[in-house]
Amino acid sequence: MEIICNSEPRQVAEGISLEKYILDLDLNPNTVVAEYNGQIVRREDYADYIMEEGAILELIRFVGGG
Amino acid sequence: MLTIAGHKFSSRLFGGTGKFSSSEIMKKALDASGCEMITVALRRVNLNDPGDDIMSIIDRKRYLLLPNTSGARDADEAIRLARFARASGGGDWLKLEVTPDPRTLLPDPVETLRATEVLVKEGFIVLPYMNADPILALRLQDVGAAAVMPLGSPIGTNQGILTRFQIEIIIEQARVPVVVDAGLGAPSHAALAMEMGADAVLVNTAIAVAGDPVIMAQAFAKAVEAGRMAYESGLGRQQRESMASSPQSGLEFLD
Repeated sequence: MEIICNSEPRQVAEGISLEKYILDLDLNPNTVVAEYNGQIVRREDYADYIMEEGAILELIRFVGGG
Repeated sequence: MLTIAGHKFSSRLFGGTGKFSSSEIMKKALDASGCEMITVALRRVNLNDPGDDIMSIIDRKRYLLLPNTSGARDADEAIRLARFARASGGGDWLKLEVTPDPRTLLPDPVETLRATEVLVKEGFIVLPYMNADPILALRLQDVGAAAVMPLGSPIGTNQGILTRFQIEIIIEQARVPVVVDAGLGAPSHAALAMEMGADAVLVNTAIAVAGDPVIMAQAFAKAVEAGRMAYESGLGRQQRESMASSPQSGLEFLD
């Protein structure tokens, strides 16, 4: 199925959790914040958060800044 | 000792983490600066090239994080970024930045005040980046800003303190700490801010883009300390006319 992650269409497995998706991207779920269809998801909910077709996901994290 | 929102700081130099040529140099420069609070920004992950994760580089036990809202063009965007920062595990501290004009990056006073009001109510410890406007500083502290951060000169310009007169008034009037932020391009600029009575300074660009950021970080640390010592010991008054340093009597033998 397809989701939109950071404005890019992405193919993901049916029933994949947010946590698994973040780990598959080689990212650390503890340092990435996810906004799923406009709602910030709490870190403790990542593992149980199953993504759905057409979802709009934003993955954001800290970078260097002044 | 400097206290902001009940937190004690032994260093009056706050560091930025942007523009360093590598994570390794950033880490060494922050270490050399002795700073205890550092700013970070929030951005989308680049899915095709995620790069280093700054949170795996920064020692959270050593540094208090001050996430910024850089990139926000109005209060709503800044509030959204602040909530992201908190959700990212960035804590409650926030450098509030609202800069609608990418050319000057000057802060929007109306939106900054509005966002401060909202974010303070949400429990954030808000340090607003602001133009050096004494009235605005009072308004921001009235709505609960934990400190105010007037600019010396526009972000990244290295021009030093072009707002001296206004910052002096802000320092005279403020009940909350005053942190001079932006534009400090040389250790002498930081020393001047501290001599004027600023409680702290925030430096990013001048350290990050220096030929040797580690040595420059040390230079800023010394300047901040020297400036503060000078302020605490009481600077002599400036005046127009000369006052001899040597005695004016006892010269009769020259006659």
